[in-house]
Amino acid sequence: MHQEAAIRPPLILGHRTYGDITADVAAPIENKASRTYYLLLTIASIIALYGVGCILYLISKGIGVWGLNKTINWAWDITNFVWWVGIGHAGTLISAVLLLFRQRWRMAVNRSAEAMTIFAVMMAAVFPMIHMGRIWLAYFVFPLPNQFGSLWVNFNSALLWDVFAISTYFSVSLVYWYIGLIPDFATLRDHVSSKWQKSFYGVLSFGWSGNAKAWQRFEEVSLVLAGLATPLVFSVHSVVSTDFATSLVPGWHSTIYPPYFVAGAIFSGFAMVQTLLLIMRKAMNLEAYVTRKHVEYMNIVIMVTGGIVAVAYATEFFMGWYSGVEYEYYTYMSVGAATGQYAWAFWALIICNILIPGLLWFKKIRTSFFWAWAISIVINVGMWFERFDIIVLCLHRDYLPSGWTMFHPSWMDVGTFVGTIGIFFTLYLLFARYFPVLALNELKTILKTSGESYKGEVLPKSQH
Amino acid sequence: MANKVIYAIYEDPEELKGAARKLITAGVQVRDVFSPFPIHGIDPIIGLKRTRLGIVSFMFGMMGLSLAVLGTYYMMIYDWPMNIGGKPNHYYYQNVTGFVPVLFEFTVLCAAHGMAITYLIRNKTLPGMPARNPDPRSTNDKFIIELRTEENTQHAPEAITAMLRETPVFEINERQC
Repeated sequence: MHQEAAIRPPLILGHRTYGDITADVAAPIENKASRTYYLLLTIASIIALYGVGCILYLISKGIGVWGLNKTINWAWDITNFVWWVGIGHAGTLISAVLLLFRQRWRMAVNRSAEAMTIFAVMMAAVFPMIHMGRIWLAYFVFPLPNQFGSLWVNFNSALLWDVFAISTYFSVSLVYWYIGLIPDFATLRDHVSSKWQKSFYGVLSFGWSGNAKAWQRFEEVSLVLAGLATPLVFSVHSVVSTDFATSLVPGWHSTIYPPYFVAGAIFSGFAMVQTLLLIMRKAMNLEAYVTRKHVEYMNIVIMVTGGIVAVAYATEFFMGWYSGVEYEYYTYMSVGAATGQYAWAFWALIICNILIPGLLWFKKIRTSFFWAWAISIVINVGMWFERFDIIVLCLHRDYLPSGWTMFHPSWMDVGTFVGTIGIFFTLYLLFARYFPVLALNELKTILKTSGESYKGEVLPKSQH
Repeated sequence: MANKVIYAIYEDPEELKGAARKLITAGVQVRDVFSPFPIHGIDPIIGLKRTRLGIVSFMFGMMGLSLAVLGTYYMMIYDWPMNIGGKPNHYYYQNVTGFVPVLFEFTVLCAAHGMAITYLIRNKTLPGMPARNPDPRSTNDKFIIELRTEENTQHAPEAITAMLRETPVFEINERQC
């Protein structure tokens, strides 16, 4: 049996048995949801409906209803796309990369983080689809035999790489998530008492029986999928960054974009995991499983990736200045940006992404639930500004001063963005109510090595 | 004598492993083991061979890579070469660097989905399949060894039960099959 050092803090608090873990995870599914839940679900679905309305209006009228202009022809649409894809990076990173590194604390957070990933990537996919303008021609992005015209899609294009990267990432993440869910659905199937719930989870569990061979295959599939998903996580945001980096726009045309974007994506993804999980642990009584230590571990990942992002900003700023090229004077990391009309956006980025997350270097703050939650929201805002700055600030000073302009979002820009947040939270709330929010059977494997009540048994008292 | 299935139920995976080892040493065939989570180290005890799903995944990945190479070659070099920003398009090897992201993604796509589908089919876990675990507690907190008397004719059923009683067993159930 695996042994764990006694000085490591326990990952499962309290005196729990295998049965308790099942009961704790099944409780929100079996019990009636609280009024707060229905209130939140109502608010989220109203915003989601508003978003759907905005998207339908956009499709019927064309993208002229957004605030785009001749100079800034990409703005909130791509900002939102990159923001959502970035958020969608944490889930598969937690479940795949941390599995390969044998990080056991991931077991308490991976399920909800993966759900968040899938919903975030769905929201991300909305924006490239609707920003095409003629969404009914969206299938043109696939390499279909060309009776429609005379050309194939261009495999040299970063935009086509994106189609492949996002669709592969989404479908592989979904499969990975579901394969992990099957045994947990089986547990619920055998645990719940109501008849319709039994048949609901019976269908979802695909008839899982948990025999030795099935578990052996399960472990092999988890490991190989983790190995496949790990380079996938890094490739997706690298490819997203090449949408910019392979162009010739000053500020976008930068070779450090791929690693810098990946670090930024993990940074924002973990922030969103914290935002959701810290509320969920309270609302669903998961305090024993998502502990202070889990929050600290996640904050350390945020500190590392935030540090990489800060170094990337500094590099961009310095190299732009050092090149002495006038066009670089107005990129998103430049004196021109820091003092110009978009100074507020520049400083919002610096404050939200470097200064405030810097507080996490204090142990008191990174182990505090409240501060971790508050800072995670600031990071979410800051990372949205990062993408806004990269896209809008680099475009707003065109090569000819006659083309210089500002971007003014229309109500449709706001509506489509806020709407996707509504759809995201609606899906997440439904997940929290009907799906096992913890990988409960995986957690049982560490109960006797990392559970608080078993910790003492691993080593005799004298060795403490 | 009718054939019987014996289910020995344990409360701890380590206890089950000890019991399984004891039964195998005494020459009793263990039919299967059901548990709520994977019991590490049980496979060699009950004689399970390593799964070949990893090889399946590799083969699907190679298939994906070959298809992607074939597709990009046909579309970009053979059928309709395009001059995009002066990038060379006369030979595949000159243009292939631009296809690397797509080749990679398609390899992963085929490897992951090919393996996942094979896994579901081999496990007989598909939508609408009935559950086959003998006891609902085996997905919660109990660990079950399944034995069949027809596979252990050299031992009397009573002898097997007696052997099980010597292990820290929680419950023994018998069923006609």
